[in-house]
Amino acid sequence: MKQTGKHYFADKDIQVILGTLLRVGVIASMLVVFIGGLIYLSGYSHEIIDYSVFNPSKTKYSSILAIFQGLSTLDGKAIIQFGTLLLIFTPVTRVVFSIFGFLIERDYLYVLIGLFVLCVILISLSNKLVG
Amino acid sequence: MSVLLFTIIVLAGAFLAGLVGSLTGLGGGVIIIPLLTLVLGVDIHYAIGASIVSVIATSSGSAAAYVKEGITNIRIGMFLEIATTISAVIGAVITVYINPGYIAVIFGCILLFSAAMMVRKKVDHSDNKATGVLANFFKLNGSYPTADGTVKYGVHNVAGGFIMMFVAGIISGLLGIGSGALKVVAMDNIMRLPFKVSTTTSNFMMGVTAAASAIVYLHRGQIDPGIAMPVTLGVLTGATVGSKLLVKTNTDKLKIIFAVVVTFLALQMIYNGLSGKL
Repeated sequence: MKQTGKHYFADKDIQVILGTLLRVGVIASMLVVFIGGLIYLSGYSHEIIDYSVFNPSKTKYSSILAIFQGLSTLDGKAIIQFGTLLLIFTPVTRVVFSIFGFLIERDYLYVLIGLFVLCVILISLSNKLVG
Repeated sequence: MSVLLFTIIVLAGAFLAGLVGSLTGLGGGVIIIPLLTLVLGVDIHYAIGASIVSVIATSSGSAAAYVKEGITNIRIGMFLEIATTISAVIGAVITVYINPGYIAVIFGCILLFSAAMMVRKKVDHSDNKATGVLANFFKLNGSYPTADGTVKYGVHNVAGGFIMMFVAGIISGLLGIGSGALKVVAMDNIMRLPFKVSTTTSNFMMGVTAAASAIVYLHRGQIDPGIAMPVTLGVLTGATVGSKLLVKTNTDKLKIIFAVVVTFLALQMIYNGLSGKL
């Protein structure tokens, strides 16, 4: 079962931290979505909805800035979106942690690969990609 | 339909999707999208946005359990994420320029393929033979603990696996699913990884890949809180219950029954896509 060798142990420690991080991230974001959901239902439950045609302008909270502005008014929809945002960033923090892990191991090739993946995700944050 | 009724129906459907998805290994996304579009008449773009959020939730949730076992090959995962994140963003960007009917047809085809992969007997191709230049350069070969000691494995055809992962990422970004079936092809059949390693590593990558396309969807307004909330909560709860049941249930029969259901859904999606109903 056991393997001697520094890499394995370093990997293992980082993986345990990562596992905890993911669990906490998922639980926290789901809790936020749940609370937002309750507020949303208490305010809008009898409204009639129609999702049959996709209309980008109908979704109010479609940017990080708009979500934070909505949070200050305690709008249920904004709280749900904030939870979703937390959830999206959970695997992203995992990439960040992995980069530190590779840095500790002095595996610079993988530090670069990790940074590249992170850059791709950061590029996706740009509004310009959305036509 | 009122908000309350819609939420309750979607919550129940998403719970079932998560439950069956985790029991059969198919994932929740491939079930929730037909449910939303075919049964509730939701535009496929909204369904895709809600589904991708549930993919992040389930993959991160189960990854937490996997990483502790120390089987995930983080190097393979990170290396292949170069392919999947780029292609997922591309997929998410082009999805609105494609006729929704065509998306439904592509979705149906992937659904048929996933059903076939689910019932097919899996063969472990892994070995510890000498590997190519790329696998050595990127330090992809690894080992994992078993009851009989540590087993070493070699990674084959890295370029082929990388290309297949690129395709899987495009599909994931285009349709808002984890595209696990395609990742299995890349890892089990092309790169010849052991099952334990491929399942956990593919799951490791799914969250990061989905996050990349989810941000694009969010900006476009495809993630509507009214749909994403019941879908994510339902799928995650269902998947959690499913993973607990999985230990003590024999899923062979379930898989066959479910393959029939999925085939039916797939044909329905293709038919509706071609006739312009979606």
